[in-house]
Amino acid sequence: MITTSDLRKVYRAQGRPGSTTEIAALDGVDLHVRQGEVYGVVGTSGAGKSTLIRCVNLLERPTSGSVRVDGRELTALSPAELRETRRSIGMVFQHFNLLARRTVAENVELPLELTGLSRRERAAKARELLELVGLADKAKAYPAQLSGGQKQRVGIARALAGDPKVLLSDEATSALDPETTRSVLQLLRDLNRQLGLTVLLITHEMDVIKSVCDSAALMRDGRVVESGTLHELLERPGSELARELFPLGEGEPLQGSTLLDITFQGEATAQPFISQLARTYNVDVSIIGAAVETLGGRQVGRMRVSLPGSFDENVVPIGYLREQGLQVEVAA
Amino acid sequence: MTWNDMQPLLWQATWETAWMVGLATLATVLLGLPLGLLLASTRRGGLLQNAGVNKLVGTVVNVGRSLPFVILIVAIIPFTRWVTGTTLGWQAATVPLAVGAIPFFARLVETAVADVDGGLVEAVQAMGGSAWTVVRKALLPEALPALVSALTTTVIALVGYSAMAGTVGGGGLGTLAINYGYMRFETTFMWVIAAELVVLVTLVQLAGEGLARGLDHKRPATASRWTLHRTVPTQTSAAPKAAETPAPEPELTGSAQR
Repeated sequence: MITTSDLRKVYRAQGRPGSTTEIAALDGVDLHVRQGEVYGVVGTSGAGKSTLIRCVNLLERPTSGSVRVDGRELTALSPAELRETRRSIGMVFQHFNLLARRTVAENVELPLELTGLSRRERAAKARELLELVGLADKAKAYPAQLSGGQKQRVGIARALAGDPKVLLSDEATSALDPETTRSVLQLLRDLNRQLGLTVLLITHEMDVIKSVCDSAALMRDGRVVESGTLHELLERPGSELARELFPLGEGEPLQGSTLLDITFQGEATAQPFISQLARTYNVDVSIIGAAVETLGGRQVGRMRVSLPGSFDENVVPIGYLREQGLQVEVAA
Repeated sequence: MTWNDMQPLLWQATWETAWMVGLATLATVLLGLPLGLLLASTRRGGLLQNAGVNKLVGTVVNVGRSLPFVILIVAIIPFTRWVTGTTLGWQAATVPLAVGAIPFFARLVETAVADVDGGLVEAVQAMGGSAWTVVRKALLPEALPALVSALTTTVIALVGYSAMAGTVGGGGLGTLAINYGYMRFETTFMWVIAAELVVLVTLVQLAGEGLARGLDHKRPATASRWTLHRTVPTQTSAAPKAAETPAPEPELTGSAQR
């Protein structure tokens, strides 16, 4: 649905007189977002994720590379065609960007005014959308009278006004408190399911990825370091994202012991593998850290355990764990 | 000179002043508004960023603004005659008034428009709006309260300028004050005219402020309640509970962050 290939964006910064330095905000980004999924791009500030999402609807024009949304190459479009295409790409912003002098309903109607819908059709559509985001009773209020979460719901309703296939979310929950964040994310998830909306979101919070995304990409210094569905990431040995999603802490390895990171998902979660391991091989297993979550309806967990003795002494128990369908990494 | 003598003269002069200020204001809005928009949008990072145009228009505006009004009146006499066919009376005074006020207003418009949150421009662009749509749907409506304040300031400046124009035969209250108050030593009449100008300016200021406030929806209507709510979590026994749940005042965070 959204594909970027070899996307580059270079900013020229004026240094000392006469000299310009070039800063590559995007340094060859390949992103592939499938239809109907929620795709999260995560990274620290300055990693280039904001530039990336702004390149997807060409609010920022990439220096080179291609951006395809729903089969159309955006960089090749004329200004008029680009405006037309943007109508089918909704966008929500960190600071909501609602017009202060328009009521909630008028804000939602704004995109429809651009498409030349009649007043009555606009009002009907706005009512329907506000119903969808749970703000039907606030139609006549002004943005200043709303809470942050309500403002973002209006932003989402406005983004949906053009019946978009794609929704871009630029740190939509970063200005909200944790509880409101949860409810806004839930709304995005519901919209994704109900309307088959493809959502590309950027965030710096791992929790956002964990709670709504099907797929994720990690960005650093203008590059995508790692990407894939959450399940793929968890199965991938040494995945940085998996480690970030399930932080197990910095367990100091005990002298003369072996530290294992075990990832389990699906059927494996139901197995009492720790006690089986202890019983079968007569080893004392200590649990250093563990986390279990539900990702996309599947139970997924990670656990860091310590076995006495060096790695060589534990080859057999490790083999046993792998046989059980668990993914085992030797941490130390 | 009795009040009965003054009244018809005052009435006549007030109308002349109102006409010249009114027409000059109209011309100022018609020309100054687009000029201000052009200045704001050709700025660096603006909608139609264009350093050349910005510099050119900026220079013209600066020249217009730096000419003292009295000199401007004299300097553009040929232009005034070309437009109105005369160089005397309120009709003639309208021309330099407008010429003087247009660059002044244009700068104020520039500031008001540039103050509109860039995020709104982006939001309209992201939904497929053209540059003109951005101006029409976001920049002008959102800047309206500030534009009304700018216009108020401009009208008040125009009333002042009109009195100056009056001293060189521009008609209106200024001419009256010079002809009677100064040349005929009618000090009382001078004070009456001064008082009327004070009242006029005050009325314009009050009307402008009221209109600007009425158009502004940035602050919640219940401002006093809002402040009350804000202080509650830190002052009452609700404080420890509030500390447990981070961000206990969701209805406030949005406005507080803006």
